[in-house]
Amino acid sequence: MAGEEKTPASEKPKEAPKAKLEAVDASEHPWVRSIRAALPDTVVSAKTFAGQVTVVVRKDQIARVARHLKDAEDFKYCVDVTAVDWRDRQPRFDVVYHFYSFSKNDRIRVKCGVAEGEEVPTIATVFLSANWCEREAFDMFGIHFAGHPDLRRILTWDGFHGYPLRKDFPLEGIDTGAAVYPEEWPEGGGPPKDDPNRKVVS
Amino acid sequence: MTDDKISQAEKDEAADFADRAKAQAAGAAETPGAHTLFDVQEMELNFGPQHPSTHGVLRVVLKVDGEKILEARPDVGYLHRGTEKLFETETYPMGIPHTDRMDYIAAATSNHAFCLAIETLLQVEVPKRAQLIRVILDELQRLSSHLVWLGTSGIDLGAVTPFWYAFREREQILDFFEEYCGARLTLNCMRIGGLPFDLTPGWTERLAEFVADVPARIDDYEQLLTDNRIWKKRTVGVGVISAEECIEWGLTGPILRASGLEWDLRRARPYECYEELDFVVPTRQGGDTYDRYIVRVQEMRQSVRIIQQCLAKLEPGEIRGKVPRVIKPVAEEVYASIESPKGEIGFYVVSNGTNKPYRMHVRPPSFINLQALPRLAKGHLVSDLVALIGTIDIVLGEVDR
Repeated sequence: MAGEEKTPASEKPKEAPKAKLEAVDASEHPWVRSIRAALPDTVVSAKTFAGQVTVVVRKDQIARVARHLKDAEDFKYCVDVTAVDWRDRQPRFDVVYHFYSFSKNDRIRVKCGVAEGEEVPTIATVFLSANWCEREAFDMFGIHFAGHPDLRRILTWDGFHGYPLRKDFPLEGIDTGAAVYPEEWPEGGGPPKDDPNRKVVS
Repeated sequence: MTDDKISQAEKDEAADFADRAKAQAAGAAETPGAHTLFDVQEMELNFGPQHPSTHGVLRVVLKVDGEKILEARPDVGYLHRGTEKLFETETYPMGIPHTDRMDYIAAATSNHAFCLAIETLLQVEVPKRAQLIRVILDELQRLSSHLVWLGTSGIDLGAVTPFWYAFREREQILDFFEEYCGARLTLNCMRIGGLPFDLTPGWTERLAEFVADVPARIDDYEQLLTDNRIWKKRTVGVGVISAEECIEWGLTGPILRASGLEWDLRRARPYECYEELDFVVPTRQGGDTYDRYIVRVQEMRQSVRIIQQCLAKLEPGEIRGKVPRVIKPVAEEVYASIESPKGEIGFYVVSNGTNKPYRMHVRPPSFINLQALPRLAKGHLVSDLVALIGTIDIVLGEVDR
């Protein structure tokens, strides 16, 4: 069968070296230095934990950072885009990007802080695969990506109000007003009105 | 009814109709876009969400010109259960069963990726025996997932026979899982730092017997499909995508390998004991549906090889690493990923030092791969869309989470 005879090419760097359980400053890491050289005043901080490099950059520069990593540092594959809600922190959200380089066989994590209501430049124009990931982050956290070609909700429906992965969104859900038979079932679904276990949430 | 029996009234009516049609056609020529009898027009067509070949509840809004797809817009989310939110509300070990319900065709690899992420965060070493059993479970799962894919995408394209054979073997694999952990689909078969159970007596011998038999059965499937004229007609040249485009779209797994890039996380960034195992990463150059079929069939053969090597290496020993009773990782973040049957499945964990993850994000291969469906489907026929959904090998539980 095709490809059966090929012998494995074995260039395999070991997974994360067994390090102590704390992050190390990585501001002198070659990738971080490369970003700093190309885009001054962009890198806020950088660290390494478990062999994984995390760079925090300014949010208005994120598209340029992505472009720089893709073109100059060969991070051609955008693994994932997501967000984290730090409810009481300022800025409230972190948008987290993972990029992978086939030539380096390594990943880099880029983060930027975003306050509520602020916009982040989209990277969907740099990496096509970021399109749905950013839509998901918008859907789940309400983070707006400026310049995104098609920023609509993706997992919830278009009329949905609220952002489920925010920390202040109740686990039980919210009343969405999506009841089909309001006389039988309460608005938003759930147990019938006369059910003693029914708990009103919102 | 003969001509002379047609009444004058009927003749008038026919003439009237012809006049009206002419007038309409003339009007249409003046106002473009107006509907005429034979005008070719674009049409919107709903494909799913209850279409059997969407493998779940996927809705694709198609813009078609006759049979040709001009635009395809996948609409997902029908199965959204908020898994990532649930992770945040439960302790680390309690998250494992939720991962079963994402990719329910390949629960072991989801379990594995989840555990690996937390092990990376805790920097826990997994004992050798647990590593080997994990690899066996992963590869069994890859076999069964590819068998489901083979059977169902065969059915989608009208080849009903392979389905019965593929599901016969899958049934036996599920029996092995059932004997190991009691479940057939939602396995919950890994724990942070190792495994929940040791193998039952006789399991390895029976598995060795079974996998020795599998290559001959794969030959049977290939005999039904590989040189089948209808199968080739439906798959060769359908949904061609180059390796560069795959990377641009974030496509991983068999799709990427069928486009010519020999990239497999088991080889590129080996986890567990994959670096000690001898296996080939099958690739093809064409990047079409047929090549993806060949790559998956080859992968099944490699999985058999891997399982056989692991079985030979198995020795008695520990199955759980040194994991604290209450898992409270340092306030840090990690991303860890493995090669699932569909592509790269990764977990991004953010810890805040408590016993619950502050944020747990999944990088689901099905979700990211499905994104390229409009690119693959453009210009093909509606019937090819069925082949393309099959070849991406999505599981909607993982797409929607």
